[in-house]
Amino acid sequence: MEEFNLILTGVGGQGIITLLQIIDQAALVAGFEVRSSELHGLSQRGGGVEAHIRFGKKINSPMVSFGQADLIFALEITEALRESVKAGKQTKFLVNDYYLPFTNSPIKEEVIEKLKLLNSLYLVPASQICKDKLQNELVCTLYLLGFAVFKEIIPLKKESVLEAIKNVVPEKYQDLNIKAFELGYANK
Amino acid sequence: MAKKILLGNEAIVRGALASGVAFVSGYPGCPSAEIGDEFGKIASKYGIYAEWSTNEKTALEAAIGASFSGLKSLVNMKSFGINVCSDSLLPLAYTGTKAPMVIFVGDDPSCHSSAQSEQDSRGYAHIAKIPVLDPADPQECYDFTKLSFEISEKFNVPVILRVTTRATHQKMPVEFEESEKHNIQGKFERNVHQFVTMPPRVMEMKKELLEKLEKISQFTEKSKINKVVGKSGQVGVVATGVSYLHTMEALKMLGLDLPVLKLGFFYPLPEKMIASFIKDKKKILVVEELDPYLENEIKRLAKEQNIKTEIFGKDILTRIGELDAIKVFAALAKMIGKKVALPKIKVSDIPRRTARLCEGCPYWYVLPVLKRIAPEGTIFGGDIGCNMIGVLPPHNMYDYLFDMGASIGISHGISKSTNQKVISIMGDGTFFHSGIAGLINASYNKSKPLMVVLDNRITAMTGHQTNPGMGKTLMGENTQELQIEDIARACGVKNIKVLDPINVKELETTVKDFLAKDELSLIVCKRICALLERRQKK
Repeated sequence: MEEFNLILTGVGGQGIITLLQIIDQAALVAGFEVRSSELHGLSQRGGGVEAHIRFGKKINSPMVSFGQADLIFALEITEALRESVKAGKQTKFLVNDYYLPFTNSPIKEEVIEKLKLLNSLYLVPASQICKDKLQNELVCTLYLLGFAVFKEIIPLKKESVLEAIKNVVPEKYQDLNIKAFELGYANK
Repeated sequence: MAKKILLGNEAIVRGALASGVAFVSGYPGCPSAEIGDEFGKIASKYGIYAEWSTNEKTALEAAIGASFSGLKSLVNMKSFGINVCSDSLLPLAYTGTKAPMVIFVGDDPSCHSSAQSEQDSRGYAHIAKIPVLDPADPQECYDFTKLSFEISEKFNVPVILRVTTRATHQKMPVEFEESEKHNIQGKFERNVHQFVTMPPRVMEMKKELLEKLEKISQFTEKSKINKVVGKSGQVGVVATGVSYLHTMEALKMLGLDLPVLKLGFFYPLPEKMIASFIKDKKKILVVEELDPYLENEIKRLAKEQNIKTEIFGKDILTRIGELDAIKVFAALAKMIGKKVALPKIKVSDIPRRTARLCEGCPYWYVLPVLKRIAPEGTIFGGDIGCNMIGVLPPHNMYDYLFDMGASIGISHGISKSTNQKVISIMGDGTFFHSGIAGLINASYNKSKPLMVVLDNRITAMTGHQTNPGMGKTLMGENTQELQIEDIARACGVKNIKVLDPINVKELETTVKDFLAKDELSLIVCKRICALLERRQKK
């Protein structure tokens, strides 16, 4: 693999920055060059959040250029649809089936309908599964990452991610995060 | 050497630690706040003093005091902070530093987390005449911080480390030295010759600064942070900061290996190096974000030295918004006359998910009441901080929004110019930052606006930093809790009410009552930030 271009998107408070840290670290563990770009500030007040990660043999810029994403990893369906205009032919979509409406937002059914027209869409009810099985919706990020690793839509190995979780996540939350990752990996 | 994935701002902290920084002051903003926040956590461990100052001017002045007392200092602020502290920055350039000082300024091209203006703070280099370095990524954030302290030490001059959001909030593995705890006690020694800027001495000081700049220019010419990469050729690129990364990406997309002069120094420029780079080229493209400072300097240089190279820049690259690889790709292709297929940039038609007040935010109790109770035609002035959200739906409230503390200053002017009612809204952090000055002006000049301070007991928007109303310092020490109403009373405000906005009736009555008065009035709506309250309960 020459390089892998990933866009993470969601809403402030969904845990994008922690997810980014884990993926960054996993890429480093796997021996890749890695750079990522994130934005703080207003987004924490319920605005949209977009972060970019690039890893591979040689990475110059931390930002994924228009049309160059290999994977758009979305924690919310409207944000996935918003980001879809930036997709190229190769772009795959991993989308949390979770809807967080806002003023004048399109209705859920319409968003899902449009998402289903995309090539290579994985629509996964990760929030719901994590709520049911782990009583914690926030770790849906790790569930989705586990799913992505199992389906090989992200070129990282399970071991690298597990090592990264141990490195990045505070000790008292590690078990929960690993459980969520394993659940996603087992695709249950 | 350790190696870890670091955010640009974390790398700055590491660089300052490795340089032996002993005094850190600043004012929080995006994209700089993580620096002060991090020092708040680690300062005691390393034997460092760190503070959130009341504003960027007091922050810089604190560091000047530290520098004159022999302590290495780091000042941190966002772009607009340099405007606030510039009054002290310019004389500091004249006096120079005693112990080294680095001033971190975080610019935010594209205004991801900024209102007010898309500021290119590099311009201050020309006004203050002090070195400015422009790192591209976290490794350079670390290296350039160390170098900035070295330059400051060598030339007794403050150094500005100007970093943009895409570097401050970029992550990559960074190699850095682990630092140890040190205990340094400063000592101020009288040196009127250096520290007093009265004429006629001040004119000598200007001459000394210009002479210093000459020496720094020679240093710049040899500095390794200005470098040429790529093959030799007749077409080249000069790039600085994050634009360099976009340039390398764009060249890869074009499948080209052109010579690139990467400048780490923005000021003073290595003029000889630039001249020798451009003189044998037919064409060069200057890649920089925002204003064409670099391009104009290079054009001047070419003219002076009779260099005929064709210089491209803002004629084919935007001055508005940040650059990216595709913008540079398009400009390069245009310059070399290569036909390329440019991706058709599409923008989603889904409405923006704008920021909103958090669930349980005390401002929810205030903004709708003000809007409902104030008579038709009342003018609302907003300020910087969480209250900015009052501009957005569902509030759609403000009639103007400027910079820190400006809501009261401008409301005074409107009040004096019209017979309209004006309500000036401001947060507690901003009140302490610069709102007080506007309040005094309004009071002194017998103005009549109603000022509403939304006191949520913390500087919330930038990520929950301490302020003088809280009784806590950055390093977690207890301190006196300054009362906004006491300050206002001392400023001569006669009508003052402090209330908990959850008591809607009381708020309504007070607004009506104060608006009916023909005098300056103040309501302090005191209720803790909902996020902070939840965090405290955990």
